[in-house]
Amino acid sequence: MAEPIVRYQDVHKSFGDVEVLKGIDLDIYPAEKVAIIGPSGSGKTTIIRMLMTLEEPTSGDIIVDGTNLWKMEKNGGLVEANEKHLRSVRGDIGMVFQHFNLFPHMTILENCMTAPIRVKGEDKQEVEEHSIQMLERVGLGDKIHNYPSQLSGGQKQRVAMARALVMRPKIMLFDEVTSALDPELVGEVLEVIRDIAKNDDMAMVLVTHEMDFALDIADKVLFLDEGVIAEQGTAADVIEHSQNERLQEFLSRFRG
Amino acid sequence: MNPITDIAPQLIRGLGTTVTILIASAIFSYVMAFIAGLCRLSKNIFLRKFTGLYIEIFRGTSLIVQLFWLYYAIPILFDINLPSNWIIGVIAIGLNYGAYLSEVVRGSILSIAPGQSEAATALNMSSFQRMRFVIFPQAIRMMMPEFGNYTIQMLKGTALVSLIGLRDVFYYGDIMRSTNLAHAPLIYVVVLVFYFILALPLIFLTRKAESIAKKGVAN
Repeated sequence: MAEPIVRYQDVHKSFGDVEVLKGIDLDIYPAEKVAIIGPSGSGKTTIIRMLMTLEEPTSGDIIVDGTNLWKMEKNGGLVEANEKHLRSVRGDIGMVFQHFNLFPHMTILENCMTAPIRVKGEDKQEVEEHSIQMLERVGLGDKIHNYPSQLSGGQKQRVAMARALVMRPKIMLFDEVTSALDPELVGEVLEVIRDIAKNDDMAMVLVTHEMDFALDIADKVLFLDEGVIAEQGTAADVIEHSQNERLQEFLSRFRG
Repeated sequence: MNPITDIAPQLIRGLGTTVTILIASAIFSYVMAFIAGLCRLSKNIFLRKFTGLYIEIFRGTSLIVQLFWLYYAIPILFDINLPSNWIIGVIAIGLNYGAYLSEVVRGSILSIAPGQSEAATALNMSSFQRMRFVIFPQAIRMMMPEFGNYTIQMLKGTALVSLIGLRDVFYYGDIMRSTNLAHAPLIYVVVLVFYFILALPLIFLTRKAESIAKKGVAN
């Protein structure tokens, strides 16, 4: 099997006195689709936020494509990463958020175009074409000159996905992307994720409460409970063969 | 005494001073506001404390005392001649309102939802780019109404410069009153009308800024 594109090695994270993650070991392979499930407050979101450099681990290492994300070499030793190092490593990672976080002062198209032009220095013309392509792909080709405030929640979330896709990430993180949506808008967003999962060869990590969807598209399912990965395997393994009582209890809550 | 033919022409003589003092001190205060506001958000504790001291001193004492202090005390203490009364007026008003406005700058930047900065990080922007393309453009929209309000206050504050010998609108009004005491009510009404007319465009711009600020910001 290929080398993992992301590797967590004994990663701990505390907020104040509360230890949220108590030693995470996890490999994510290129093009692998990973779903993280588990009760609220189990640290699911924190796992991917550390990979996006939004939270710093308390201890442990996260290796991205062979490079330590949070530590860098200096004078023969490892020191805390500075911004330059973080930027050089996280460039292949994209993220979609629960609350969309679109830039409200920019049009939909500008939301997509700013980073490729300003961060990656790509050609404006090409970025515009690519952005329009991606916005059409998520079904919003007719809204490119609208502002985020003019869109529904589901549409905003689809723009957020197009915005992440335009950066051509190798790893895409989805942080409870349907949790803030009205129930009737969840479907359109899941359809886009399914389309990305099927047609793009990037690795995907989904933190989600959409259990059936997660089990359907994921190559690997992690059950996170009380700060540790309590169970992992293929969807079938995890659902049908797991002896973990808390997992069974957790799953049963999603089955009426 | 006719307000149009007798009083207004006198007051107009002071218009130049009032308007130039307002424009110069407004610009100076905006610059101070951004410098001090950003310093307050700096990681450098010395910079933060030092700017905090400036803000509290200038917010916590009266403008007229600051004006007199610059005008009378500085030349004695440091044995220097300040260039002109006009510049002293601009510095005092600018520093005073710059202190207030710096809190507006700081508050607006802090009020932008953390998710905005996180989304920018996820697009691999540097901290400067996050500020330049995401936070600042939104914060500016939020600041504008308050900047408008404080600029209107600044216009009214400029009347104080007549006390350090500058000949502004209020100065000429006051001179007329002292020679025509019986006409004081009418003279001061015309002075008030003058300031109100000067404030009108500022009031209009502030309204406009409020409507711009309402849309296009995430919080």
